[in-house]
Amino acid sequence: MIVVDSVSKVYKTKTSTVTAVDDVSLSIASGEIFGILGRSGAGKTTLLRCLNFLERPTSGRILVDGVDFTALSATKLRSARQKIGTVFQHFNLLSSRTAADNIAFPLEITGVPKKQRDARVAELLELVGLADRGASFPSQLSGGQKQRVGIARGLAASPSVLLFDEATSALDPATTEQILDLVKNINQATGVTVVLITHESEVVRRICDSAALMEAGRVVENGHLLDVLARPDSRLAEILLPVSGPTPPVGRVLTMSFAQADAGEPLLSHLTRDLDVDVSILGGTMETVAGHKVGRLRVALTKPKDYVDDRLVEQYLTERNVGVSWA
Amino acid sequence: MNEVSWLDALPELVGAMGQTGWMVIWSFLITVVLGIVSGVALRLTAPDGLRPKRAFYGIFGAIVNLARSLPFLILMIALLGFTRFIVGTAYGPTAAIIPLAVGAIPFYARVVESALREVAPGKLEAAVVMGADIGQIVRKVLLPEALPGLISGATLTLVTLIGYSTMAGAIGGGGVGDFAIRYGYQRNNEPVLLMSVIVLIVLVQLIQSIGDALVRSLNHRR
Repeated sequence: MIVVDSVSKVYKTKTSTVTAVDDVSLSIASGEIFGILGRSGAGKTTLLRCLNFLERPTSGRILVDGVDFTALSATKLRSARQKIGTVFQHFNLLSSRTAADNIAFPLEITGVPKKQRDARVAELLELVGLADRGASFPSQLSGGQKQRVGIARGLAASPSVLLFDEATSALDPATTEQILDLVKNINQATGVTVVLITHESEVVRRICDSAALMEAGRVVENGHLLDVLARPDSRLAEILLPVSGPTPPVGRVLTMSFAQADAGEPLLSHLTRDLDVDVSILGGTMETVAGHKVGRLRVALTKPKDYVDDRLVEQYLTERNVGVSWA
Repeated sequence: MNEVSWLDALPELVGAMGQTGWMVIWSFLITVVLGIVSGVALRLTAPDGLRPKRAFYGIFGAIVNLARSLPFLILMIALLGFTRFIVGTAYGPTAAIIPLAVGAIPFYARVVESALREVAPGKLEAAVVMGADIGQIVRKVLLPEALPGLISGATLTLVTLIGYSTMAGAIGGGGVGDFAIRYGYQRNNEPVLLMSVIVLIVLVQLIQSIGDALVRSLNHRR
């Protein structure tokens, strides 16, 4: 469990003050995969650097499993860091060490005996699918393999939290998918809490349980993905499952969200029959997110000789667990 | 004056080479150790280093620059008293070790600093995040990652030291420089002078090739 409590990070220069992270509060449950989505400059990297304590927050507290990291002395912080693993966008592997020795690094600095270290490294190489590449140097590995080494290194000291700093942004789409699947598998196998920051909505859609949207240093929206996607007017939902398009000249336009709805039900034909409205589909997305089939649909409703009763439509849809947002 | 053939001078040249080797090897070892210590101190205390210390970096950097800007011959003369204090005498190959090291340490310190600067900051951050202390970062990240640069810099320093050591010969340090001055300059014996030049060229080439090969073998497996 990670609690981010009103954390701000302010950089002061001679001429200006930049608030990179602005009063962010988040609660990340143990064992979940939490995505922090935002464009570059949104402050997500700074927030992550606060989470692994490369930066001290200007104000606010960060608690990991109940321990207030922001209050720790430098020496205590060093050992507490074993609880948090970080995987970097540019891997940051040591080129003077083999893959196996890179993975052993966090164990080496805490004085784990060589025998135990070797056993743990073999186990981790197996876990990330590199059992036969332990003796390779980073320069002999592909980008995806390097990131697998990075993940194994992050896991070496058995942390309770694994942070991913744009960990797939330097990889091609196919490799990204493999790495994301690996992260999901590791999360399920070991129960490690995963926090990842990314600018790619695909990453959040594919593996996250919960997510936060960051803009200009603030978290503008966050929550469990199923809840987020159930909110039809959600900005995060629109980024994850976009349905926007041109608005037609006639008809009432609305966005429907199916997060908890029974996807098997022939909803649109029922709507047409029961309320006597014509439905034109303007845009829609269906995806499996956080293990559930969810979708968003943007439609225009018209009635041949009458006006569309918004209230009636909304009631009809809400009763069937469909979120409604009028354009 | 009796012209000495280059063959007759050969045994003496071998002895001079031994003196050069003595001066150069010892001053080189001292330079490498103290140069690495100084270079690491400079890198860590630099404004963008892991332990920025503005005052220390400024003062230490100024001392290093000062020592580097002195021509070696002048440095050697300026250090006569210091050398006599340490070694007991200011003349001879052993005494020459002191000014040689003092002249080369600041040079190598800057080489080390810039080699360490080449290590990507992300690698240091990764080590910090994993909980490494400053000593571990230096021993396990900075120095191993910069090793090729440290070795090519050391090769350069060794070659420079051989050059300096011939100058040490000019004020009684012995070695190949001293030999060349006595035979080639004072007696105008060109074949012997040529021979000592050839010896120096071969020596420098040999050192450079070994250094390059070491760097290549390191880079090959990374």
